[in-house]
Amino acid sequence: MQRKILLGNEAIARGAYEAGCRVATAYPGTPSTEILEAMAAAYRGIKSQWSPNEKVALEVACGAAIAGARSLAAMKHVGLNVAADPLFTFSYTGVNAGLVIINADDPNAWSSQNEQDNRHYARAAKLPMIEPSDPAEAKEYTKYAFDLSEEYDRPVLVRITTRIAHSQGIVALDDPKDVPLKPFVRNPQKFVMLPSHARPRHIFIEEQLVKLKALSNASPLNRIEMGKTKRGIITNGVAYQYVKETCPEDSILRIGFIWPLPDDLIRTFADSVDELYVVEELDPFIEDYVRAMGYAPIGKKIIPLTFELTPEIVDKALNGTTYPTAPLYSGTIPPRPPALCKGCPHGFVFDVLKKLDVTVNGDIGCYTLAALPPYNAMHSQGCMGASISMHLGFEKAQGDEMARNSVAVIGDSTFIHSGITPLIDLVYNKGTGTVLILDNRVTAMTGHQENPVTGKTLMGEDTYEIKLEELCRAVGVKRVRVVDPKNTAEFEAVVREEVAAPEPSVIISLRKCILKK
Amino acid sequence: MTNVIFAGVGGQGVILASKILMQVAMNAGYDVKESEVHGMAQRGGSVDCNVRYGEKVYSPLIEKGTCDYLVVFEPLEATRKLEYLKPDGTLIVHTERVNPAPVQAGLAKYPDDIETWIAANITNRMVADFGPVLKAVGSQRALNIVMLGVLSNHLEFTPDQWIEAVKGTVKQNFVEMNVKAFTMGREFTIS
Repeated sequence: MQRKILLGNEAIARGAYEAGCRVATAYPGTPSTEILEAMAAAYRGIKSQWSPNEKVALEVACGAAIAGARSLAAMKHVGLNVAADPLFTFSYTGVNAGLVIINADDPNAWSSQNEQDNRHYARAAKLPMIEPSDPAEAKEYTKYAFDLSEEYDRPVLVRITTRIAHSQGIVALDDPKDVPLKPFVRNPQKFVMLPSHARPRHIFIEEQLVKLKALSNASPLNRIEMGKTKRGIITNGVAYQYVKETCPEDSILRIGFIWPLPDDLIRTFADSVDELYVVEELDPFIEDYVRAMGYAPIGKKIIPLTFELTPEIVDKALNGTTYPTAPLYSGTIPPRPPALCKGCPHGFVFDVLKKLDVTVNGDIGCYTLAALPPYNAMHSQGCMGASISMHLGFEKAQGDEMARNSVAVIGDSTFIHSGITPLIDLVYNKGTGTVLILDNRVTAMTGHQENPVTGKTLMGEDTYEIKLEELCRAVGVKRVRVVDPKNTAEFEAVVREEVAAPEPSVIISLRKCILKK
Repeated sequence: MTNVIFAGVGGQGVILASKILMQVAMNAGYDVKESEVHGMAQRGGSVDCNVRYGEKVYSPLIEKGTCDYLVVFEPLEATRKLEYLKPDGTLIVHTERVNPAPVQAGLAKYPDDIETWIAANITNRMVADFGPVLKAVGSQRALNIVMLGVLSNHLEFTPDQWIEAVKGTVKQNFVEMNVKAFTMGREFTIS
């Protein structure tokens, strides 16, 4: 059997390939981006695509699965918020061919605006969720998820975290399965969620959850590794590895089937150890469940709720162990925060915005770094597309004076993702603000992906290149200017004019990313 | 178990260096795991890769105070990572500075005493400016492979095993340059 070192995300792509996946969709987002990149690079037979956003990505994958092709959608944790609408209702329809949703959480918010724990989505959407602990399992679990999806007629969530996505390990490769395309059989009772159709499907979902709980109790993804009975530790994901590393003598219940949780197995384990612990990253998801079963595990009392776990955090919490280190440098170490590259087009933009001292409603992308020194020139930011809608909110709250002294700033890909509807709102609800679209011809922060304005697909094919100028005019913005921000004087003059104008305006700051060849 | 951390600044190639080390270790029959940094943190920020190999590896992260070899491509990053190095661990540092944004903006000062501090406090060390080696190799971008060559003297694998892994990992057009970079790093001594 061939063995290969793969990144967790590459292992997931491999698992989908081996499972006979035919369609794969995503919007780039750290730490999930490399899944689709690996898919497009290595498994050309799979129809892989960047969608404009995660909602669309999931809906395309749902469509493909219902139409009969094994399909996968991948996204980061906040991407699943965007895709939550299809998630909750395609839970009702179920699938035809297998549908697997890869959800990548980012404990520590390494490259994210929050560190939400998406295990709650499985419970809320009543979907099975499984969670690997390393790249080898990431491949196996992804593959298994397709079978699980078809057998129980459920979309299946595979949860990973940054330390699985961006960790490499040895993965055993198998040959791909030949899974034939299924026919699409019209069945409105299953695939059209009118209230009268949805009600019986809710009953079906609850019945499936009962069956899935029985499966979880028997699943090899959940396993007891019995050691000394004094201390028993329930753990999941990468935390399992830290526990194995630092508590080699203790008994462990490893949870790989996150939802539904295995009540019987938990009871068997809890009853066979003297002291019960739960070691999990972020929220007390397992701990609260075990507590509701009547046990009193020690969990968040000693394991932090915030940020990611590390082996030393687990070692210290459970064993009181810390290791002596090499001597530590005693001087002041200046920080090295991420920063815009030398020659970055965003730098030219923010030089001007800083000089004009306008209020900046920012968005998600490399340019969010302008909130930091030396620019300190971004004053609000929350989620994809919110720059434009918040900009309108600022105007609604503070009136014309605010609109004449502020701008919204959004990148090309973020604009396509979630900026178009807010721009329509700005026009429709009579805003007069100015939106800067920083068009650097690429989705940059996630590592240079194509998007609908670049004229290329994920698979490398030529496609229609959306003209942002035309799009903005089509939704009713009469003042649209295209400027190269490196022409600083012209750029500044244009910003001054457009901000001063008492009607909606868009400035397309056009200059390609300095790293783009 | 052998624990190695490669650390530097985004764009210096720490991931490729760790990939080659992983390949050597796997080819030699070891289990191996690694953890790396992508995304926003990469944009000019501090980056590091943890590589661990041995009979069986669980955690992809190295526990503080247990790193055997700390290989750092920039002096300031060495000071940041020392808490991971075990008391008798080996520190390998390239001394060319890359000023972080706050220093460039005049908001912070780059410490002047890092090299003298290391010489006074860290016993097992190789602290050098590999600039002349890079010049001889003909590429500033080969720093990661030169540093890997330096590290290779401390590990159990043969030159042939290393070169096989280099060849199997780097892009086809750059094999010759990288093999030269590796060899020159391996043969490097402080004159």
